[in-house]
Amino acid sequence: MYQIYILWFRQIKKYFRSKSRIVGAIGQPLLFLLALGYGLGSVYKKAGDGNYLHFLVPGIMAQTVLFSAMFYGAMLIFDRQFGFLKETLVAPVSRLRIMIGGALGGATTATLQGFLVLVIAYIIGFRVSHIYMIFFALIIMFVLATAIATFSSGLGSFVQDMQGFQAINQFIIFPLYFLSGALYPLTNVPTWLRIIAEVNPISYTVDAMRYALINQTKFGLEKDIIALLITLVVCIAYGVWQFRRIQT
Amino acid sequence: MPMIEVKNLVKKFGDFRAVDNISFKVKAGERFALLGPNGAGKSTTIKMLTTLLKPTSGELIMNGYNVLKEQNKVRKSFGIVFQDPTVDNDMTAYENMELHAVLYHVPKRDLKSRIKQLLELVELWDKKDILVRNFSGGMRRRLEIARGLLHHPKILFLDEPTVGLDPQTRVLLWNYVNKLAKDKNMTILFTTHYLEEAENNADRIALIDHGNLISIGNLKDLLLKTKSKNLEEAYLKLTGTEIRDEKLEPGVAWKERHRARLR
Ligand SMILES: Nc1ncnc2c1ncn2[C@@H]1O[C@H](COP(=O)(O)OP(=O)(O)OP(=O)(O)O)[C@@H](O)[C@H]1O
Ligand SMILES: [Mg+2]
Repeated sequence: MYQIYILWFRQIKKYFRSKSRIVGAIGQPLLFLLALGYGLGSVYKKAGDGNYLHFLVPGIMAQTVLFSAMFYGAMLIFDRQFGFLKETLVAPVSRLRIMIGGALGGATTATLQGFLVLVIAYIIGFRVSHIYMIFFALIIMFVLATAIATFSSGLGSFVQDMQGFQAINQFIIFPLYFLSGALYPLTNVPTWLRIIAEVNPISYTVDAMRYALINQTKFGLEKDIIALLITLVVCIAYGVWQFRRIQT
Repeated sequence: MPMIEVKNLVKKFGDFRAVDNISFKVKAGERFALLGPNGAGKSTTIKMLTTLLKPTSGELIMNGYNVLKEQNKVRKSFGIVFQDPTVDNDMTAYENMELHAVLYHVPKRDLKSRIKQLLELVELWDKKDILVRNFSGGMRRRLEIARGLLHHPKILFLDEPTVGLDPQTRVLLWNYVNKLAKDKNMTILFTTHYLEEAENNADRIALIDHGNLISIGNLKDLLLKTKSKNLEEAYLKLTGTEIRDEKLEPGVAWKERHRARLR
């Protein structure tokens, strides 16, 4: 346990020491909230769907968690390049624990970033429907973050260089995000887009976040939770499988 | 029973045989030097022994465990100082030590005193709270070594441990390592390009070149066999005087050198 803890704590320490990561974590979602929230707000209202900012905030929170958790894989690649990875790989600690410790650290910081977005959203006028449901949102974010962090560490063990990792990020994570219901409602979209969204795990996370924060759901909470758990299991299985085969 | 046993070890990278059918044994408590020119396959051999790399073929046994099948047990048996840096630059010296101590199950009550003792040994105790990124190259190396000595494994690998160290620290390191070997009956396998370090600190010396083991034995036998006065003479007689280009295929290396000459 202590081994997992110290590897987790390492990620937390590194996060708080990196000013640029914290600033970037606030800057990007803020830009999205302001540009999209205010830019598209009137169109959205005219369509008769109500307040776009309210609709958008849970999606942007999920986005932040998604991309921050993906960053954990990049950290792994840095660890490989700077040699530190070897230090952990020869240690008498099972690969599983090493992976869990680091990925939970990455997941914790990603959840924290998601929470920061909520704080920012509050400042610009967002309100949750039930304050205690924030805890539920935190849990959802943490589950998503854990899934994505383990997935990205699997990817990071396998890709090995930053360019390749970025490319996969562009080809998998960006489309998953943009084709989920994070930025627009899935009610009046073309059928193909709806079908893609319905097999996209991110849609369910976003939907669960909306349930928690603004009491709105498209798929229903049960479906959301089942989809989220399946995603978690698949990601962990993939991450562990890849990480076990790692060589330097 | 030997502490380390290497049988017909082969590692291929593509078609290139970095380690080409090497076999040797190291006894418990023995200090064993693995010498050879750049690119000979020393680090690759150590990587396979320390579970970082899978051999193409061959058998590896350490401390009675099969290195390929009982990885976790093997990892409990050894410690290593790598040739390349492996400290985390975004943590302080103390944090690097602490993380290592925890990963290697150093008992909690010994943790602080052990870290202090070793950081004092390499004269970094007063800099323990500085981020490693602000260390000089030599200081980083000293930290790396202090960290490698934190726990007391049965087998200690030192891959060119003294590169970039000042003579004072080199003397300190070898005194400490020799004491560990004697007091704790620790088995030491090290590589170095400072041949006098092997002369002074190795019980037996293996010479490898192009992935092949070309000589193994104690210093006296080696000098006798090659009719040499010292290790350097023996080494050059056995491996030739040609310079090796590390990380390049033999053919490419030759072309590269030619190009440099033409320029
Ligand atoms: N991952 C790899 N892929 C391809 N070739 C490799 C790889 N690792 C090592 N090699 C090659 O294997 C050979 C042996 O390398 P190794 O690092 O074991 O040499 P060494 O004896 O430790 O040399 P040095 O004294 O320079 O440290 C070199 O030719 C090197 O280029
Ligand atoms: Mg080497």
